[in-house]
Amino acid sequence: MRRIVIWALSTLTVLVLLFSYRTSTSSIVGASGQVAAPTKAGSGGQAAPKTPAATTAPGSLRTPAQPAAPAAPAAPTAPAAGGSTFVGAAVGTRYGNVQVQITVANGRIASASVLQVPNRDRKDVMINSRAVPILNQAVVDAQGANIDMVSGATVTSVAYIQSLQSALDQAHL
Amino acid sequence: MGMPVSIHVRCADPRSPDVEKAVAAAYHELARLEEVFSTWRPESHVSRLVRGDIPLSHCDPLVGEVAELCAQATEATAGTFTAHLPDATGQRVFNPTGLVKGWAVDRAGRILAGLPGAAWCINAGGDLLVGRHRYVRPEGEDGAPWRIGIEDPTDRSRIARVVPILEGAVATSGTAARGAHLFDPRSGTWVDRLASVTVAGPELMWADIWATALFVGGADAVRAFDRSLEARPDYSWWGQGFD
Repeated sequence: MRRIVIWALSTLTVLVLLFSYRTSTSSIVGASGQVAAPTKAGSGGQAAPKTPAATTAPGSLRTPAQPAAPAAPAAPTAPAAGGSTFVGAAVGTRYGNVQVQITVANGRIASASVLQVPNRDRKDVMINSRAVPILNQAVVDAQGANIDMVSGATVTSVAYIQSLQSALDQAHL
Repeated sequence: MGMPVSIHVRCADPRSPDVEKAVAAAYHELARLEEVFSTWRPESHVSRLVRGDIPLSHCDPLVGEVAELCAQATEATAGTFTAHLPDATGQRVFNPTGLVKGWAVDRAGRILAGLPGAAWCINAGGDLLVGRHRYVRPEGEDGAPWRIGIEDPTDRSRIARVVPILEGAVATSGTAARGAHLFDPRSGTWVDRLASVTVAGPELMWADIWATALFVGGADAVRAFDRSLEARPDYSWWGQGFD
Protein backbone atom coordinates (compact mmCIF):
# COMPACT_ATOMS: atom_id res chain seq x y z
CA MET A 1 0.00 0.00 0.00
CA ARG A 2 2.90 2.27 0.70
CA ARG A 3 4.01 1.89 -2.89
CA ILE A 4 0.58 2.83 -4.10
CA VAL A 5 0.85 5.85 -1.91
CA ILE A 6 4.20 6.88 -3.33
CA TRP A 7 3.32 6.25 -6.94
CA ALA A 8 -0.22 7.49 -6.96
CA LEU A 9 0.87 10.85 -8.29
CA SER A 10 2.90 9.40 -11.13
CA THR A 11 0.61 6.54 -11.99
CA LEU A 12 -2.22 6.67 -14.42
CA THR A 13 -4.95 4.29 -13.45
CA VAL A 14 -7.79 3.60 -15.77
CA LEU A 15 -10.50 1.12 -15.07
CA VAL A 16 -13.12 -0.28 -17.36
CA LEU A 17 -15.29 -3.32 -17.23
CA LEU A 18 -14.94 -5.92 -19.89
CA PHE A 19 -15.65 -9.55 -20.56
CA SER A 20 -19.31 -9.53 -19.74
CA TYR A 21 -20.53 -12.61 -18.03
CA ARG A 22 -24.20 -11.85 -17.96
CA THR A 23 -26.87 -11.26 -20.50
CA SER A 24 -29.31 -8.60 -21.53
CA THR A 25 -30.40 -7.65 -18.03
CA SER A 26 -27.12 -5.91 -17.39
CA SER A 27 -25.15 -3.30 -19.20
CA ILE A 28 -21.47 -2.57 -19.09
CA VAL A 29 -20.77 0.04 -16.49
CA GLY A 30 -18.05 2.38 -17.56
CA ALA A 31 -16.28 3.03 -14.31
CA SER A 32 -13.22 5.10 -14.92
CA GLY A 33 -12.35 6.23 -11.45
CA GLN A 34 -14.05 9.54 -11.75
CA VAL A 35 -17.52 8.80 -10.55
CA ALA A 36 -17.57 11.11 -7.61
CA ALA A 37 -15.58 14.15 -6.73
CA PRO A 38 -14.05 14.17 -3.27
CA THR A 39 -16.58 15.29 -0.74
CA LYS A 40 -15.53 16.94 2.42
CA ALA A 41 -17.33 15.17 5.17
CA GLY A 42 -15.78 16.92 8.10
CA SER A 43 -14.60 15.05 11.15
CA GLY A 44 -17.75 12.97 11.24
CA GLY A 45 -16.62 11.08 8.21
CA GLN A 46 -19.79 9.06 8.06
CA ALA A 47 -21.37 10.08 4.82
CA ALA A 48 -24.61 8.21 4.68
CA PRO A 49 -24.71 5.37 2.19
CA LYS A 50 -26.74 6.54 -0.74
CA THR A 51 -27.57 3.18 -2.18
CA PRO A 52 -30.15 0.65 -1.18
CA ALA A 53 -27.59 -2.09 -1.70
CA ALA A 54 -25.49 -0.98 1.23
CA THR A 55 -25.06 -3.64 3.86
CA THR A 56 -22.23 -1.86 5.60
CA ALA A 57 -21.94 -2.54 9.27
CA PRO A 58 -20.14 0.46 10.71
CA GLY A 59 -20.25 -1.05 14.18
CA SER A 60 -17.99 -3.87 13.11
CA LEU A 61 -15.34 -1.56 11.71
CA ARG A 62 -12.50 -1.77 14.15
CA THR A 63 -9.36 0.30 13.86
CA PRO A 64 -7.02 -1.03 16.54
CA ALA A 65 -3.90 0.49 15.06
CA GLN A 66 -5.54 3.85 14.84
CA PRO A 67 -6.43 6.28 17.57
CA ALA A 68 -9.78 6.84 15.92
CA ALA A 69 -12.85 5.44 17.60
CA PRO A 70 -14.89 3.00 15.56
CA ALA A 71 -17.87 5.26 15.13
CA ALA A 72 -15.82 8.33 14.25
CA PRO A 73 -13.10 7.35 11.80
CA ALA A 74 -11.60 10.82 11.58
CA ALA A 75 -11.32 11.36 15.26
CA PRO A 76 -10.39 14.54 17.13
CA THR A 77 -6.82 13.23 17.23
CA ALA A 78 -6.53 14.15 13.57
CA PRO A 79 -6.92 17.89 13.61
CA ALA A 80 -4.49 18.87 10.87
CA ALA A 81 -5.93 17.20 7.81
CA GLY A 82 -9.37 16.62 9.19
CA GLY A 83 -11.34 13.71 7.85
CA SER A 84 -11.93 13.78 4.15
CA THR A 85 -14.10 11.20 2.51
CA PHE A 86 -13.42 9.84 -0.93
CA VAL A 87 -15.83 7.66 -2.80
CA GLY A 88 -14.39 5.12 -5.21
CA ALA A 89 -15.88 4.27 -8.55
CA ALA A 90 -18.66 1.72 -8.52
CA VAL A 91 -17.12 -1.41 -9.93
CA GLY A 92 -19.42 -3.95 -11.49
CA THR A 93 -18.93 -7.66 -10.94
CA ARG A 94 -20.94 -10.53 -12.25
CA TYR A 95 -22.79 -10.43 -8.96
CA GLY A 96 -23.42 -6.70 -8.69
CA ASN A 97 -21.70 -3.43 -7.98
CA VAL A 98 -19.02 -2.84 -5.39
CA GLN A 99 -18.23 0.66 -4.21
CA VAL A 100 -15.77 1.65 -1.53
CA GLN A 101 -15.49 4.82 0.50
CA ILE A 102 -12.41 5.80 2.46
CA THR A 103 -11.89 8.43 5.09
CA VAL A 104 -8.47 10.01 5.18
CA ALA A 105 -7.00 11.74 8.18
CA ASN A 106 -3.44 13.02 8.46
CA GLY A 107 -2.58 11.46 5.14
CA ARG A 108 -3.59 8.01 6.32
CA ILE A 109 -6.60 5.84 5.70
CA ALA A 110 -8.57 6.12 8.91
CA SER A 111 -11.40 3.94 7.78
CA ALA A 112 -12.78 2.17 4.77
CA SER A 113 -16.37 1.25 4.26
CA VAL A 114 -18.52 -0.09 1.52
CA LEU A 115 -21.43 1.76 -0.03
CA GLN A 116 -22.51 -1.00 -2.38
CA VAL A 117 -22.02 -4.73 -2.39
CA PRO A 118 -23.82 -7.32 -4.43
CA ASN A 119 -26.99 -8.52 -2.75
CA ARG A 120 -28.63 -10.32 -5.59
CA ASP A 121 -29.61 -13.21 -3.39
CA ARG A 122 -29.46 -14.13 0.24
CA LYS A 123 -26.22 -16.05 -0.15
CA ASP A 124 -24.51 -12.96 -1.50
CA VAL A 125 -25.66 -10.91 1.45
CA MET A 126 -24.43 -13.55 3.82
CA ILE A 127 -21.03 -13.79 2.19
CA ASN A 128 -20.61 -10.07 1.86
CA SER A 129 -21.72 -9.14 5.33
CA ARG A 130 -18.85 -11.26 6.56
CA ALA A 131 -16.34 -10.47 3.86
CA VAL A 132 -16.76 -6.75 3.64
CA PRO A 133 -15.90 -5.86 7.24
CA ILE A 134 -12.81 -8.08 6.90
CA LEU A 135 -11.77 -6.26 3.76
CA ASN A 136 -12.44 -2.90 5.34
CA GLN A 137 -10.14 -3.81 8.19
CA ALA A 138 -7.52 -5.16 5.79
CA VAL A 139 -7.32 -1.80 4.05
CA VAL A 140 -6.65 0.02 7.28
CA ASP A 141 -4.13 -2.59 8.41
CA ALA A 142 -2.33 -2.80 5.08
CA GLN A 143 -1.11 0.78 4.95
CA GLY A 144 2.45 -0.34 5.47
CA ALA A 145 2.15 -3.60 3.56
CA ASN A 146 4.12 -2.41 0.56
CA ILE A 147 1.95 -4.01 -2.07
CA ASP A 148 1.10 -2.68 -5.51
CA MET A 149 -1.56 -5.12 -6.57
CA VAL A 150 -3.43 -8.10 -5.23
CA SER A 151 -3.91 -11.31 -7.15
CA GLY A 152 -6.86 -13.21 -5.85
CA ALA A 153 -9.56 -15.61 -6.72
CA THR A 154 -12.63 -13.72 -5.71
CA VAL A 155 -14.49 -11.31 -7.88
CA THR A 156 -15.87 -9.20 -5.09
CA SER A 157 -12.57 -8.56 -3.37
CA VAL A 158 -10.99 -7.63 -6.67
CA ALA A 159 -13.76 -5.16 -7.33
CA TYR A 160 -13.27 -3.88 -3.82
CA ILE A 161 -9.62 -3.21 -4.52
CA GLN A 162 -10.42 -1.56 -7.83
CA SER A 163 -12.91 0.75 -6.21
CA LEU A 164 -10.49 1.37 -3.38
CA GLN A 165 -7.80 2.27 -5.88
CA SER A 166 -10.00 4.89 -7.46
CA ALA A 167 -10.77 6.34 -4.03
CA LEU A 168 -7.03 6.43 -3.28
CA ASP A 169 -6.41 8.19 -6.56
CA GLN A 170 -8.93 10.85 -5.69
CA ALA A 171 -7.38 11.28 -2.26
CA HIS A 172 -3.93 11.61 -3.88
CA LEU A 173 -2.60 9.33 -1.20
CA MET B 1 -21.83 -6.83 -15.66
CA GLY B 2 -18.25 -7.30 -16.58
CA MET B 3 -14.98 -8.13 -15.02
CA PRO B 4 -13.01 -5.08 -13.98
CA VAL B 5 -9.85 -4.53 -16.02
CA SER B 6 -7.57 -1.78 -14.85
CA ILE B 7 -4.42 -0.49 -16.49
CA HIS B 8 -1.75 1.18 -14.41
CA VAL B 9 1.08 3.10 -16.05
CA ARG B 10 4.19 4.39 -14.33
CA CYS B 11 6.26 6.93 -16.19
CA ALA B 12 7.51 10.49 -16.03
CA ASP B 13 4.26 11.97 -17.30
CA PRO B 14 1.37 9.52 -17.06
CA ARG B 15 -1.10 12.14 -18.26
CA SER B 16 0.65 12.70 -21.57
CA PRO B 17 -1.31 12.16 -24.79
CA ASP B 18 1.00 9.29 -25.80
CA VAL B 19 0.15 7.39 -22.64
CA GLU B 20 -3.54 8.03 -22.95
CA LYS B 21 -3.46 6.96 -26.58
CA ALA B 22 -1.68 3.70 -25.76
CA VAL B 23 -4.03 2.92 -22.88
CA ALA B 24 -7.03 3.67 -25.07
CA ALA B 25 -5.60 1.40 -27.78
CA ALA B 26 -5.09 -1.40 -25.25
CA TYR B 27 -8.68 -1.08 -24.05
CA HIS B 28 -9.89 -0.91 -27.62
CA GLU B 29 -8.17 -4.22 -28.32
CA LEU B 30 -9.78 -5.81 -25.25
CA ALA B 31 -13.20 -4.49 -26.20
CA ARG B 32 -12.82 -5.69 -29.78
CA LEU B 33 -11.86 -9.17 -28.63
CA GLU B 34 -14.74 -9.26 -26.20
CA GLU B 35 -17.15 -8.51 -29.02
CA VAL B 36 -15.89 -11.55 -30.87
CA PHE B 37 -15.52 -13.95 -27.95
CA SER B 38 -18.13 -13.03 -25.36
CA THR B 39 -20.29 -16.03 -24.51
CA TRP B 40 -22.87 -13.67 -23.06
CA ARG B 41 -23.44 -11.51 -26.09
CA PRO B 42 -25.84 -13.39 -28.33
CA GLU B 43 -24.48 -11.68 -31.44
CA SER B 44 -20.79 -12.51 -30.80
CA HIS B 45 -19.12 -14.89 -33.20
CA VAL B 46 -18.56 -17.43 -30.45
CA SER B 47 -22.22 -17.32 -29.37
CA ARG B 48 -23.36 -17.78 -32.96
CA LEU B 49 -20.86 -20.60 -33.44
CA VAL B 50 -22.12 -22.39 -30.30
CA ARG B 51 -25.73 -22.02 -31.44
CA GLY B 52 -24.77 -23.49 -34.79
CA ASP B 53 -25.79 -20.33 -36.66
CA ILE B 54 -22.41 -20.06 -38.38
CA PRO B 55 -19.54 -22.48 -38.98
CA LEU B 56 -16.04 -21.82 -37.67
CA SER B 57 -14.95 -20.80 -41.16
CA HIS B 58 -17.37 -17.84 -41.03
CA CYS B 59 -16.06 -16.59 -37.69
CA ASP B 60 -13.31 -14.05 -37.19
CA PRO B 61 -10.00 -15.88 -37.90
CA LEU B 62 -9.04 -15.26 -34.26
CA VAL B 63 -11.76 -17.71 -33.17
CA GLY B 64 -10.00 -20.49 -35.01
CA GLU B 65 -6.70 -19.44 -33.49
CA VAL B 66 -8.22 -19.52 -30.00
CA ALA B 67 -9.89 -22.89 -30.61
CA GLU B 68 -6.49 -24.26 -31.60
CA LEU B 69 -4.90 -22.76 -28.46
CA CYS B 70 -7.66 -24.33 -26.35
CA ALA B 71 -6.86 -27.72 -27.85
CA GLN B 72 -3.16 -27.17 -27.11
CA ALA B 73 -4.00 -26.18 -23.53
CA THR B 74 -6.15 -29.27 -22.98
CA GLU B 75 -3.38 -31.47 -24.32
CA ALA B 76 -0.60 -29.74 -22.36
CA THR B 77 -2.56 -29.98 -19.10
CA ALA B 78 -3.46 -33.68 -19.58
CA GLY B 79 -7.12 -32.78 -19.88
CA THR B 80 -7.30 -30.81 -16.65
CA PHE B 81 -8.06 -27.58 -18.53
CA THR B 82 -11.05 -27.51 -20.83
CA ALA B 83 -12.80 -25.01 -23.05
CA HIS B 84 -15.95 -27.14 -23.07
CA LEU B 85 -17.94 -26.10 -20.05
CA PRO B 86 -21.49 -26.89 -18.98
CA ASP B 87 -23.99 -24.30 -20.12
CA ALA B 88 -27.16 -23.36 -18.23
CA THR B 89 -28.73 -26.71 -19.12
CA GLY B 90 -25.65 -28.67 -18.11
CA GLN B 91 -24.67 -29.51 -21.66
CA ARG B 92 -20.98 -29.01 -22.42
CA VAL B 93 -20.41 -26.37 -25.05
CA PHE B 94 -17.42 -24.48 -26.43
CA ASN B 95 -16.59 -21.73 -23.95
CA PRO B 96 -13.08 -20.37 -24.37
CA THR B 97 -13.48 -17.60 -21.76
CA GLY B 98 -10.92 -19.19 -19.41
CA LEU B 99 -8.26 -18.90 -22.07
CA VAL B 100 -9.41 -15.79 -23.89
CA LYS B 101 -9.05 -13.53 -20.88
CA GLY B 102 -5.31 -14.12 -20.50
CA TRP B 103 -4.76 -14.27 -24.24
CA ALA B 104 -6.53 -10.93 -24.76
CA VAL B 105 -4.59 -9.27 -21.95
CA ASP B 106 -1.33 -10.55 -23.44
CA ARG B 107 -2.31 -8.88 -26.71
CA ALA B 108 -3.21 -5.63 -24.95
CA GLY B 109 0.14 -5.79 -23.17
CA ARG B 110 1.99 -5.89 -26.48
CA ILE B 111 0.38 -2.54 -27.31
CA LEU B 112 1.51 -1.00 -24.02
CA ALA B 113 5.01 -2.44 -24.42
CA GLY B 114 5.62 0.03 -27.23
CA LEU B 115 5.12 3.00 -24.95
CA PRO B 116 8.51 4.73 -24.47
CA GLY B 117 9.65 5.24 -20.91
CA ALA B 118 6.72 3.45 -19.32
CA ALA B 119 6.20 0.51 -17.01
CA TRP B 120 2.68 -0.85 -16.73
CA CYS B 121 0.44 -3.38 -15.09
CA ILE B 122 -2.86 -4.74 -16.36
CA ASN B 123 -5.13 -6.14 -13.66
CA ALA B 124 -7.87 -8.28 -15.16
CA GLY B 125 -10.08 -9.37 -12.30
CA GLY B 126 -7.18 -10.30 -10.06
CA ASP B 127 -4.98 -11.78 -12.78
CA LEU B 128 -2.07 -9.53 -13.65
CA LEU B 129 0.31 -8.81 -16.48
CA VAL B 130 3.29 -6.57 -15.86
CA GLY B 131 5.66 -5.10 -18.41
CA ARG B 132 7.83 -2.19 -19.37
CA HIS B 133 9.41 -0.56 -22.35
CA ARG B 134 12.78 -2.08 -23.13
CA TYR B 135 14.60 1.14 -22.24
CA VAL B 136 13.05 1.47 -18.78
CA ARG B 137 15.83 0.52 -16.43
CA PRO B 138 14.99 -1.84 -13.57
CA GLU B 139 16.89 0.25 -11.03
CA GLY B 140 14.74 3.34 -11.51
CA GLU B 141 11.56 3.91 -9.57
CA ASP B 142 9.36 3.47 -12.64
CA GLY B 143 11.06 0.20 -13.53
CA ALA B 144 11.10 -1.32 -10.05
CA PRO B 145 9.29 -4.64 -9.63
CA TRP B 146 5.59 -4.52 -8.92
CA ARG B 147 4.94 -6.19 -5.62
CA ILE B 148 1.99 -8.50 -6.08
CA GLY B 149 0.22 -9.63 -2.95
CA ILE B 150 -1.40 -13.05 -3.23
CA GLU B 151 -4.66 -13.19 -1.33
CA ASP B 152 -4.92 -15.84 1.39
CA PRO B 153 -7.96 -17.90 0.34
CA THR B 154 -8.72 -18.97 3.90
CA ASP B 155 -8.48 -15.51 5.41
CA ARG B 156 -8.93 -12.66 3.01
CA SER B 157 -7.72 -10.10 5.48
CA ARG B 158 -4.28 -11.60 4.94
CA ILE B 159 -1.82 -11.72 2.10
CA ALA B 160 -0.47 -15.26 1.76
CA ARG B 161 2.71 -14.17 0.02
CA VAL B 162 4.19 -11.31 -1.95
CA VAL B 163 5.64 -11.92 -5.41
CA PRO B 164 7.77 -9.16 -6.92
CA ILE B 165 7.34 -9.09 -10.70
CA LEU B 166 9.44 -7.03 -13.08
CA GLU B 167 7.93 -8.46 -16.24
CA GLY B 168 5.42 -11.21 -16.68
CA ALA B 169 2.14 -12.55 -15.46
CA VAL B 170 0.57 -13.67 -12.19
CA ALA B 171 -2.69 -15.59 -12.22
CA THR B 172 -4.60 -16.97 -9.26
CA SER B 173 -7.39 -19.51 -9.49
CA GLY B 174 -9.37 -20.75 -6.57
CA THR B 175 -12.61 -20.77 -4.72
CA ALA B 176 -12.06 -18.43 -1.80
CA ALA B 177 -15.30 -17.27 -0.28
CA ARG B 178 -17.35 -17.64 -3.42
CA GLY B 179 -17.96 -21.35 -3.39
CA ALA B 180 -17.57 -23.66 -6.34
CA HIS B 181 -16.78 -22.00 -9.61
CA LEU B 182 -14.05 -24.07 -11.19
CA PHE B 183 -15.00 -27.03 -13.32
CA ASP B 184 -13.09 -30.32 -13.18
CA PRO B 185 -13.45 -31.76 -16.68
CA ARG B 186 -12.41 -35.26 -15.60
CA SER B 187 -14.97 -35.76 -12.87
CA GLY B 188 -17.52 -33.46 -14.50
CA THR B 189 -18.08 -31.64 -11.22
CA TRP B 190 -17.49 -28.19 -9.81
CA VAL B 191 -14.62 -27.95 -7.35
CA ASP B 192 -15.36 -26.40 -3.99
CA ARG B 193 -12.59 -26.06 -1.45
CA LEU B 194 -11.12 -23.02 0.20
CA ALA B 195 -7.80 -22.85 -1.59
CA SER B 196 -6.09 -21.26 -4.55
CA VAL B 197 -3.21 -21.79 -6.95
CA THR B 198 -1.03 -18.96 -8.19
CA VAL B 199 1.10 -19.26 -11.31
CA ALA B 200 3.75 -16.80 -12.45
CA GLY B 201 5.36 -16.81 -15.88
CA PRO B 202 5.95 -14.89 -19.09
CA GLU B 203 2.41 -15.01 -20.53
CA LEU B 204 -0.88 -14.48 -18.73
CA MET B 205 -2.65 -16.95 -21.00
CA TRP B 206 -0.52 -19.89 -19.86
CA ALA B 207 -0.30 -18.67 -16.27
CA ASP B 208 -4.09 -18.57 -16.10
CA ILE B 209 -4.50 -21.95 -17.82
CA TRP B 210 -2.09 -23.57 -15.37
CA ALA B 211 -3.62 -21.89 -12.34
CA THR B 212 -6.98 -23.43 -13.26
CA ALA B 213 -5.52 -26.80 -14.27
CA LEU B 214 -3.39 -27.15 -11.14
CA PHE B 215 -6.29 -26.17 -8.92
CA VAL B 216 -8.71 -28.77 -10.26
CA GLY B 217 -6.28 -31.35 -11.62
CA GLY B 218 -4.26 -32.50 -8.62
CA ALA B 219 -1.29 -34.81 -9.21
CA ASP B 220 -2.09 -35.32 -12.90
CA ALA B 221 -1.87 -31.60 -13.51
CA VAL B 222 1.35 -31.29 -11.51
CA ARG B 223 2.97 -33.98 -13.65
CA ALA B 224 1.73 -32.30 -16.81
CA PHE B 225 3.04 -28.96 -15.59
CA ASP B 226 6.50 -30.42 -14.95
CA ARG B 227 6.50 -31.90 -18.45
CA SER B 228 5.44 -28.58 -19.98
CA LEU B 229 8.48 -26.78 -18.61
CA GLU B 230 10.50 -28.25 -21.44
CA ALA B 231 8.46 -26.40 -24.07
CA ARG B 232 7.58 -23.38 -21.93
CA PRO B 233 10.11 -22.80 -19.17
CA ASP B 234 10.01 -19.94 -16.66
CA TYR B 235 6.64 -20.81 -15.14
CA SER B 236 6.31 -21.52 -11.45
CA TRP B 237 3.37 -22.14 -9.13
CA TRP B 238 2.35 -22.00 -5.49
CA GLY B 239 -0.64 -23.41 -3.69
CA GLN B 240 -2.41 -21.51 -0.97
CA GLY B 241 -4.68 -23.11 1.61
CA PHE B 242 -4.02 -26.75 0.73
CA ASP B 243 -2.50 -27.66 4.11
